[in-house]
Amino acid sequence: MKDTIIKTSMLTKRFGDFVAADSITLEVGKGEIFGFLGANGAGKTTAMRMLCGLSIPTSGEATIAGYDIYTERELIKKKIGYMSQKFSLYEDLTVSENIDFFGGIYGLSRKDLAEKKEALVQNLGLQAHLKKLVGSIPLGWKQKLSFSVAVIHDPRIVFLDEPTGGVDPLTRRQFWDLIYTASSNGITIFVTTHYMDEAEYCNRVSIMVDGKVVALDSPSALKTYFKASSMDDVFYQLARNARRSE
Amino acid sequence: MKRFLIFVRKEFYHVLRDKKTLLILFGMPLVQILIFGFALTNEVRNTRVLIVDHAKDIASAELSSKIDASRYFELFTEPGSTDPEESMRAGKVKLIIVIPTGFYASMLHEHKAKIQIITDASDPNTATTLSNYVNAIVQDYATEQNLASSSLKILPETRMLYNPQLKGAPNFVPGVMALVLMLVCVMMTAVSIVREKETGTMEILLVSPFKPMMVILSKAIPYLVLSIINVISIVLLSVFVLDLPVKGSLVLLFAESILFIITCLSLGIFISVKTSTQQTAMLISLMGMLLPTILFSGFMFPIENMPVPLQIISNIIPAKWYYIIVKSIMIKGVGIEQIWKETLILLGITTALLFISLKSFKIRLA
Repeated sequence: MKDTIIKTSMLTKRFGDFVAADSITLEVGKGEIFGFLGANGAGKTTAMRMLCGLSIPTSGEATIAGYDIYTERELIKKKIGYMSQKFSLYEDLTVSENIDFFGGIYGLSRKDLAEKKEALVQNLGLQAHLKKLVGSIPLGWKQKLSFSVAVIHDPRIVFLDEPTGGVDPLTRRQFWDLIYTASSNGITIFVTTHYMDEAEYCNRVSIMVDGKVVALDSPSALKTYFKASSMDDVFYQLARNARRSE
Repeated sequence: MKRFLIFVRKEFYHVLRDKKTLLILFGMPLVQILIFGFALTNEVRNTRVLIVDHAKDIASAELSSKIDASRYFELFTEPGSTDPEESMRAGKVKLIIVIPTGFYASMLHEHKAKIQIITDASDPNTATTLSNYVNAIVQDYATEQNLASSSLKILPETRMLYNPQLKGAPNFVPGVMALVLMLVCVMMTAVSIVREKETGTMEILLVSPFKPMMVILSKAIPYLVLSIINVISIVLLSVFVLDLPVKGSLVLLFAESILFIITCLSLGIFISVKTSTQQTAMLISLMGMLLPTILFSGFMFPIENMPVPLQIISNIIPAKWYYIIVKSIMIKGVGIEQIWKETLILLGITTALLFISLKSFKIRLA
């Protein structure tokens, strides 16, 4: 694989007796769109939180953009973007103020920020909404804005935790266009999702069941292996024996 | 530093756009001060006073009518000749003035005379106010008489019945200050931090290179500023609306207030770490913080009258110490040399709270 950007080895998180994420070993390459699938409670979010530095692993190794997950978290933070499953911009701030704020806390210079903002607004067609409170714009736009803000500092990797929950198919399609653009600019996409059609858009996917990664390959290879017609089928075959669910 | 300022600016946007909260923030001290203030001024108007006139001479009659003429008092006339103290105990009068026999004679010959003022000190604040008013009227009368004969002195001797040390005087301005600061700092800080947890923006902030400690600090700053504005407005109100001057040093008052604000901010941060919804944070702030403040600060209920276990508990309530400090500075006008002990205790509590809350915030990250 060319240029590995995420590399984990036996990464484990325990909460008491409960093993939320069990010995996760995987590699993700630069610019790859990596789908991180699993049923509710399978441990996706726990694993992702460890990779983002929000949670400290119980054992195992991992490097993100070449930095160690235990000792170089501050360096990692500068290189990653994150969009959580909750919509996470400030609703009582305007579109423009949100962009300024998130650009600002990543330390973008005034000039860079102005350029980024201009490009972002052009790209999303938000010119007319710049001075509107984020709470007043439609959900689809919020999601797209949220993604654009998550990559405003040109991170090496962006982590997306169920980014398209609750939006219509058309907006999801547009959202994936943004993801492809980011990927073609060399940004690695690490995305969790429940939508199996979205899994098909990924370069490679991993499927988690009960805290373990039970499958990891390209969607077409997985379909061949499991003799399935769709990712939906693949997922069903793997997840139906899961012991834990929410 | 630049990033820090960007963050603080964002916090101010939050605060300033939330008009309802803003109204509560600045309306509350105003309303509380006015309510307490008017409750207080209404009480001293037309107070029934019983004059026990043993002298029955020209001077005692003049003094009685002068007291009756003032808008603060009206004379109470006893139908039968029962015990004056009985009338007070029954609540018919708030004040008894005893004029001894030979009042006019001693005024003439000795150039001094005595009267006795007896007040109902179960309501200590009113009692003090009333006796001060009577005093002023009596001195005024003495000055008038001085035109004829020089250096006349009327020496009133005041007795506070039922509660001679005037303990638990409802000096409400310091109490309102403690309450308002508690409410603004603890509740608002806790809610604003928990709101970020609820909406998911906290995670985004924690993933960013912005230091968690800075997140907390910059969230606390707007409330620090608002609280200082609140202290200023309460002091202004008490000086200009209630005529209650700050006798001690203003600098000291503000320094102590900032210390107490930091105490409250730490409490707010602590609550925000331990809760995950805005409602819980608000409830805990109200029930867990505001109630003990009202009960144990000595502002509404005198601590001296409580059972010993409760008196001991009251010592860990920071508002109690702040209340004592502010009362001492504003009303008694004392300097740091007389309140250093209370200040030190408050400082100790603050340091401990700050340490615990920042520490638990760090733990949450792991």
